[in-house]
Amino acid sequence: MRIRLSRLWWVLPIILLLAFGLAEPAFAAPQAVGHGAAQAASHVPWWVWPLALFIVCFLLGIVAVPAGVGGGVLFVPIVGGFFPFHLDFVRGGGLMVALVSALAASPGLLRVGLANLRLALPLSMLVAASQIAGAMIGLILPAWIMEIALGIIILAIVVLMWTAKKAEIPDVPRADPLSQALRIHGLFHDTANRQDVEWHVHRTMIGFAAFIFIGVLAGMFGLGAGWANVPALNMIMGVPLKVAAGSSSLILSMTSSAAWVYLNQGAILPIIVVPSMIGMMMGAMVGVRLLRVVKASTIRKMVIAMLLIAGIRALMKGFGF
Amino acid sequence: MSDPNKYASPEQLRYAKVLSVGVIVGFVMLVVSFFLYVTGILKPLVPIAEIPKYWSLPADQFVKVTHSPTGWAWITEVGKGDILNLVGVAVLASVSIVSTLAVLPIFARSREKIQIVISVILIAVLIFAASNVLARFH
Repeated sequence: MRIRLSRLWWVLPIILLLAFGLAEPAFAAPQAVGHGAAQAASHVPWWVWPLALFIVCFLLGIVAVPAGVGGGVLFVPIVGGFFPFHLDFVRGGGLMVALVSALAASPGLLRVGLANLRLALPLSMLVAASQIAGAMIGLILPAWIMEIALGIIILAIVVLMWTAKKAEIPDVPRADPLSQALRIHGLFHDTANRQDVEWHVHRTMIGFAAFIFIGVLAGMFGLGAGWANVPALNMIMGVPLKVAAGSSSLILSMTSSAAWVYLNQGAILPIIVVPSMIGMMMGAMVGVRLLRVVKASTIRKMVIAMLLIAGIRALMKGFGF
Repeated sequence: MSDPNKYASPEQLRYAKVLSVGVIVGFVMLVVSFFLYVTGILKPLVPIAEIPKYWSLPADQFVKVTHSPTGWAWITEVGKGDILNLVGVAVLASVSIVSTLAVLPIFARSREKIQIVISVILIAVLIFAASNVLARFH
């Protein structure tokens, strides 16, 4: 049974906007430095925030799977925009959320060939190294610059999600020499067409360069990089879409370097990270089931609308509104 | 799908096995330690009711004001409820290192030097990130 939600995709984003917009004067704390400013946000009981975070992340986890986005790309702008935590802790939380989601999914994807280890290893090596640089940059830059940059990146993701035409199985006439040397190729079972599909890749060097750039951004903003990994794998290197999505998850699980940087700097707060991780994982389990009854495109529109609101919100915070 | 193993190479299957065990261990540790933390069974370093006063500060100021450990100094404070959670976080952040190490013998047996070099570099980068050497340059 397909639920016809196509006309109601705007409901969740509007609810999100109203709920946090009305509550913001009591909830949100300014990013200004100072003990006094921090105390202004403390008259709400401490347990409200982990509980709210769990609920929000549960909802995000539900929509992330059908929309094909990672938890981090939803977590950072939404939690950063509407909760009172400093962006350092939100980014640390976002990295952990993205990591745990990817770790949970990867074993199953590897076993059925929807994630490829030989494809993921060299890309992970590049992303892990560039993430470190990104994380260090992110922790040095002032919060207002990060908010503006985050807003721009999120809005770019919205444009990419809205316009990108991904190919289910790209036409790759011939594997390039680099991918042949690395033996990057595979086989998966396409359940939609009920046939096995062999695949190989091309433009490997260009793909590697793209992943270095992706790694820097991922480390800076704590987004996880699924939003960029999948288009890079699919549209640049010619990886079939399902394998691209699965291998992206594997790459995320292999590249915990930025998470270590945040952990070492004291930017991982258990009171933020743990409820977020548990909520997101539980939501993802529901999201997998939801994918059967709700059109993925409806969820995708919902997510794009939420990201649009969150991206504008980040820009506004950065410019001091 | 007649033979599930035709979709996954031996190194993929081994990586998946080690990864799944590590994820379960790390997640259980995290849930248990968080329970001990929020229930107050293990006293935290920073009282939980005090956290909202400081979580809007940048991380470096939060650390300064709360005297929280950075780098690997948290190991000495694992008896505290909030710090114990970092053990689960560290396990989850490390599980890919262990999984990559587990597939090296398979690459060695098939003499795939390029994959061995790539895997070793990846492990080295992750260990470098975990080591907190970067703090000296921050």
